[in-house]
Amino acid sequence: MKQFVNFVRKEFFHVMRDRKTLLILFGMPVAQILIFGFALTNEVKNSKLIVFDQAKDPASQELIAKIEASRYFEVERSVMNEQQMEAVFRQGEIKMAIVFPAGFNSGLLHEHHAQVQVIADASDPNTANMLSNYLSAIVMDYQSTRSKSLVLPYRIVPEVRMLYNPQLKGAPNFVPGVMALVLMLVCVMMTAISIVKEKETGTMEVLLVSPFKPILVIISKTVPYLILSLVNVASILLLSVFVLELPVNGSVLLLFGESVLFIITCLTVGIFISVKTDSQQVAMLISLMGMLLPTVLFSGFMFPIENMPYPLQLFSNVVPAKWFYIIVKSIMIKGLGFEAIWKETLILAGITVVLLVISLKSFKIRLS
Amino acid sequence: MRTIRFLLQKEFRQIFRNRAILLLIGVMPVMQLLILPLAANYEVKNINLSVVDHDHSGYAQKLVAKVTASGYFKLRGYGASFKEELKKIESDEADLILEIPEGFERNLIREDQQQLFIAVNAINGVKANLGGAYLTSIIKNFNEEIRIELLPPGRFNPGPVIEIIASNWYNPLMEYRFYMVPGILAILVTMIGGFLSALNIVKEKEFGTIEQINVTPIKKHHFILGKLIPFWVLGNIVFSLGLLVAWLIYGIIPIGSLLVLYGFLAVYLLAILGFGLLISTFCDTQQQAMFIMFFFMMVFILMGGLFTSIDSMPDWAKLVSRFNPVSYLIEVMRMVILKGSGWRDIWPQFGIITLFAVVLNAYAVINYKKTN
Amino acid sequence: MKEIVIKTDRLSKRFGDFIAVNEISFEVQKGEIFGFLGANGAGKTTAMRMLCGLSIPSSGTAEIAGFEVYKQAEQIKRNIGYMSQKFSLYEDLTVSENISFFAGIYGLTNREIKEKGEALVEQLGLEKETKKLVGSLPLGWKQKLSFSVAVLHEPKIVFLDEPTGGVDPVTRRQFWDLIYEASAKGITIFVTTHYMDEAEYCDRISIMVDGRIAALDSPSKLKTQFKAGTMDEVFYQLARGAKRGD
Repeated sequence: MKQFVNFVRKEFFHVMRDRKTLLILFGMPVAQILIFGFALTNEVKNSKLIVFDQAKDPASQELIAKIEASRYFEVERSVMNEQQMEAVFRQGEIKMAIVFPAGFNSGLLHEHHAQVQVIADASDPNTANMLSNYLSAIVMDYQSTRSKSLVLPYRIVPEVRMLYNPQLKGAPNFVPGVMALVLMLVCVMMTAISIVKEKETGTMEVLLVSPFKPILVIISKTVPYLILSLVNVASILLLSVFVLELPVNGSVLLLFGESVLFIITCLTVGIFISVKTDSQQVAMLISLMGMLLPTVLFSGFMFPIENMPYPLQLFSNVVPAKWFYIIVKSIMIKGLGFEAIWKETLILAGITVVLLVISLKSFKIRLS
Repeated sequence: MRTIRFLLQKEFRQIFRNRAILLLIGVMPVMQLLILPLAANYEVKNINLSVVDHDHSGYAQKLVAKVTASGYFKLRGYGASFKEELKKIESDEADLILEIPEGFERNLIREDQQQLFIAVNAINGVKANLGGAYLTSIIKNFNEEIRIELLPPGRFNPGPVIEIIASNWYNPLMEYRFYMVPGILAILVTMIGGFLSALNIVKEKEFGTIEQINVTPIKKHHFILGKLIPFWVLGNIVFSLGLLVAWLIYGIIPIGSLLVLYGFLAVYLLAILGFGLLISTFCDTQQQAMFIMFFFMMVFILMGGLFTSIDSMPDWAKLVSRFNPVSYLIEVMRMVILKGSGWRDIWPQFGIITLFAVVLNAYAVINYKKTN
Repeated sequence: MKEIVIKTDRLSKRFGDFIAVNEISFEVQKGEIFGFLGANGAGKTTAMRMLCGLSIPSSGTAEIAGFEVYKQAEQIKRNIGYMSQKFSLYEDLTVSENISFFAGIYGLTNREIKEKGEALVEQLGLEKETKKLVGSLPLGWKQKLSFSVAVLHEPKIVFLDEPTGGVDPVTRRQFWDLIYEASAKGITIFVTTHYMDEAEYCDRISIMVDGRIAALDSPSKLKTQFKAGTMDEVFYQLARGAKRGD
């Protein structure tokens, strides 16, 4: 036991001494939380719009003023012809154009009917979709202000309640994701690279000939990363509670317990990669492409899994981060207890055991 | 000039002998371009809907039929209690509950007004927002239909109607892939260029070969150029490969001129490689360089406008993204490939990226110390 | 009168409060084999790095091949060869690729590269290994190759930092044969070592203790001066008084 503590202490020295890497390790979750929390929103506002007004009558002016007043649009400028419109779109700043045909007002007055043309830069389809919806809503609104009849009969009034996240913030969706990503990064990449580095520089041999079980050597290398990861979990939770004002609705203890399970999964993957590779660059590439990319892709926090083709959906089931993401979301956001997530926990534990067996086996083969 | 030739020869030999790099160049473009556009599909469809129907009237059934026929919703449950259906939301089986209260049809006709309850799982804000909006607009349509059905013709005058003709330029079918692929291409060259250049000088430091270089009469800028050019060439190769994949698989052919595209890329690559070299002059080990680069890549990519538009960011984030070279490349890629923008449209971005290239490389040359 | 190729005057290097090299002054003549001895941490490597232009001195002066280290570091680099403690050829390049790379960056013409490269390979008996990666060669061969590459451009001085660490006695002997050959061509050899038998091969040696030069003379004179039978004893007498070390 004393030997083990000694080994762990040596590993800690290694980790603590590399200040630059340490800074990144602790800075990473902070930066991610800040970016996801404040910079990335799917909300669309202040989009630039151009007007091609061939009518120039009271109705078109009123409607333009109404658009200008909404928080979704900024009327950037007016154009005089179609060519100008195209040129402006190509410069990239303008996302939307509205075209009033001549005689807009008189059409409304005399024929009870008029047209407007709404052109969206659909190279970004989602934004185009949302902007079209907003602009239509404004036009509709204007139309009803001109309408004489006041109260419609037979009204169905939908009452919408947003569960868990009434303000539709991005945070509840990504905080669990950031957690999975950071743990993955620290545990898989750092562990794999630091073990491979000892192989590359030859110090691994020295450790392996010591009167100490080889597997304990490996385990002692993972302990600092386990602790670092727990510190990261704590800092992510603190940031999310105090900076993003996103409380932990479920049990914190349960959350940490599940995190430890996931960290062990990641460490196992890290060990496996390190056993299989001989150079830091290869280890990095494999952890990057083999683990990190799937985590980002298939955990469900950045990309909607249900929109993926079926084979990819199927594949997402073997990505540990997916299950961890569901678990964290359930505990943290929905405030559910263990009875709601035992299935996911079991799956995660199963994956861990399988990985552990595989890496122990290949480690033994490597030694003999 | 001769010195550079020898440096280049050496770098190329090392690159082509490095399994990791070849793997990166070969597998990354294919992986990213094949899987990412498939995975990064943000179209909101297939929203899982649960209905709690306390009314069981003809209108209630009509409404549910209309909702499911819209194509946006999948009916996942049809239950009698809200509590039961809420469990489906908790377990992520359902995203949305539509609750039809008892006496829905009766009250609507007798009292002119009736409520409906919609509960949305709002953890995913976008989906919740769009899902809720789709559902309310379907209900609104349903409402109109009922009104027309119930009202004798002529009694109800709807007032003037503004007809909206919507057109979607540059991507009329609203294919999300067309939007993603140029962005992913940008990410691809950035990652390859950034990581390879960041690791390169550090590797020489770790192996001690840099000492040998430092006692030779090689000039600093020669050395940096010798490192830059090979990765610049690689970046171009990877980009061309990516364009080819985009054409073969997604049928995306740049509308704008290839000359503009490659011209911008040429300068952009210099900027991102200079950034990588700069990082490697600051680091002592590959591990450090890797993590620092990873950190910046993450920030650059997340804030580069690949997934969410920069326009909707808060002001401070917009300011940060001005210092993010990746955001310019993503923007220009989309402009040239999808909209056919030309030199005149992209010159502001071109100017800025040139500035990036000059500053970053100058800094890297200065910071690369042959002596201490 | 013999030409002086290395001349230092009270050359010092401080790292904060720590004085790694403390006012060393010495001269080395052309063609000489100059041994630079000292315990670990005595300041040998730091001193050598200053002479190569890898490290800027804190004070004092030094002239290498007629150029002074502060302002003319780049000219110095044209006139020296260097072989570091860490093996410093590219392991992922072949023997001939390494040769032509280093020869090329020292400005040798293509013909020179070809001729000298072939001569070098022949001298080392590496004809069959030219297409092998350097990383796959045994350490002894790597060291010999590394030295030959360091003198390929016929520098005035070659600096060797513990060149024979970890190789067997036979290879060390062969390595010294290479050194003698270079010296005979008029190349000055500046070598640090831990092996006292190697110290005996040098024309003159200096012994550094705690950043200072404690003794400087030919091996035989040093032995007389310290009344010692072997260089080992000389070194031990001096190093025993050292305050720092590892």
